[in-house]
Amino acid sequence: MTRLDAVIDDARVVVVAGSGGVGKTTLSAAIALRAAVAGRRVAVVTIDPAKRLADALGMGGEEGTVGIGNDPVRIALDDARGELWALMLDTRSTFDALVDRYSPDAEQAARIRSNLFYKNISGALSGTQEYMAAEKLYELTGDDRFDLVIVDTPPTRQALDFLSAPARLRRFIDHPLYRIVIAPSSIGLRAVSTVTQPVLRTIARVVGAQALDDALAFFKAFQGLDAGFRQRAHDVDRVLREPSTKYVVVTSGQPEPIAEASHFIGELGSAAVDVSLIIANRLMPDFGNDSVSSDDDALDAALRENLRELADERRAEDGNLEPLRQERPDTPWVRVPLVPELVDERLETLGALRLLGRALGDAD
Amino acid sequence: MDPKLFLSASRVLIVAGKGGVGKSTVAATLVTAAQRVGLRALLIETDGKPLLIDDAADQGLSARTITPAEALSEYLDNSGLGRISRRLVTSGIVDVVASASPGIDHLLVLGKVKQLEREAAADVIVVDGPAAGHALTMLRTPRALADSVVVGPIRQQATDVLAMLNDEARCQVLLVTIPEPTPVNEVIETAFSLEEDIGVRLAPLVVNRVDDHPPIAIPASIASDSSVARAARFRNDRIAGHARSIADLTQRLPLAQLHLPLDTNATLDERTTHLLRAIENLEGSA
Repeated sequence: MTRLDAVIDDARVVVVAGSGGVGKTTLSAAIALRAAVAGRRVAVVTIDPAKRLADALGMGGEEGTVGIGNDPVRIALDDARGELWALMLDTRSTFDALVDRYSPDAEQAARIRSNLFYKNISGALSGTQEYMAAEKLYELTGDDRFDLVIVDTPPTRQALDFLSAPARLRRFIDHPLYRIVIAPSSIGLRAVSTVTQPVLRTIARVVGAQALDDALAFFKAFQGLDAGFRQRAHDVDRVLREPSTKYVVVTSGQPEPIAEASHFIGELGSAAVDVSLIIANRLMPDFGNDSVSSDDDALDAALRENLRELADERRAEDGNLEPLRQERPDTPWVRVPLVPELVDERLETLGALRLLGRALGDAD
Repeated sequence: MDPKLFLSASRVLIVAGKGGVGKSTVAATLVTAAQRVGLRALLIETDGKPLLIDDAADQGLSARTITPAEALSEYLDNSGLGRISRRLVTSGIVDVVASASPGIDHLLVLGKVKQLEREAAADVIVVDGPAAGHALTMLRTPRALADSVVVGPIRQQATDVLAMLNDEARCQVLLVTIPEPTPVNEVIETAFSLEEDIGVRLAPLVVNRVDDHPPIAIPASIASDSSVARAARFRNDRIAGHARSIADLTQRLPLAQLHLPLDTNATLDERTTHLLRAIENLEGSA
């Protein structure tokens, strides 16, 4: 069994992380496709706003014309024993659905959803996107249609947020400001105005009175939902830490992505989460060194010079990767050579993904 | 074009590009290049990558990091909000409320850059911006806040930063990409968005890691599955792919390009030489 398959076979959830530009989205799709062909019922989630997964799955097109969205869509495969489903995370509507679920009545849900502060945090608060991705992941693990969920994550630093997102949501709900607002609940919002509370007055000077009023109104409207949200965050957190949730870190052979991967693995370690597999992607292939020559010395020299240059690039990549290798002597590695068909966008299709899936399986 | 003129065309140069294109390396190279032509240059990291700062310091670069938290507490001090404000910051309350005005952290970082610019802290201030789409978000913030916040210090700050972004003598954005289809598509989208939404002047685009080797002839007499033949085909595919991406970029984005060669082992010194040569080869006053 290949190292990749060994990880996938035990997994219910695979989180694919790494810095941008290392082919993470495409790898997620290739891993999902490979698992579907082998008989798993797979849902692959991307939270990357570039809509690249849609492209990678051959579903790309002009904005809005593709069948990929916040609900999983089945991808037609004629040779798979399993199934492949894909979806693109829509942070806002995932958050809306949560608000609807935990609001005691439709009126309160509407009040929250129309609040300006809510609109801001549900679209822009750093970490909201990651939390909603984790939320989606949790939702999909409870969906009987799938036995494997693969999540592509935003670039490294956000992937860290991904893991800590549930805890941060809990902190947010338990926030001192929330308590300040909620405590005198019988008096009503007007009484807790910026004029009466010195603390709030100071905050208002920093962020502006309007922004503060919106925030207070939000926390007010949020009353009654907090217990549900807190429980949910706890459940999501549990799924992220289950042994059947596997973390795969992707890097290329370039120094910057390797530094990010190393940073990320360290952070996961400090959160007591282990990395199951490191994929070094898009590496220079090994062309070997047989002694073939033609009858033209000048051409032969050029050919050999090129072989040497590419071997130098390969050595440089190995040198870049070596410290990470030494840092993680016990973590399995997969070295994936560059699949030229994947770089050329005309070939960013299921066929190219199959090639990559094969390269992933072969490369041990 | 004269590198000294090029590098001092605006006091602030914000370097942006998606992850993995070598943005931070290009930022460091710009700083070294500026120093080599006799300019005082400062490198600013905005997403706190201590590794790169250490590297830069090792190589004799003048560099510092600006984090949102630092920028915020400095802002509070300057706004005359005393101890109580700092206690708010440490207890995290301001964090939450700042979410009410999304992007306040970005604004404060840019505000700090603006302050260094006004103080003429260096002849050239190179800002290694946040990766990918985050750079766009960051640069959009001042306009969004200037439009939505009616009064107060935040509005003033937003207006001042926007004035800097819209003045090409004070600030330009230098985009970095690599010659592959996805990064090229993204950089084109970003470039148009920056010009249209923010009105910031774009410096020539850096195309990093270009393989411009001439195609390698493969004689019919050698076995097509031999090492040299496979290596030559791989190289030729790469050369052709890069040429295709660069042609695509040239056609779709009317912006001068600086090409930096693919050379995995190049030192910062060698990269600097390449960059200065590419600048010298630029035509006119682009």
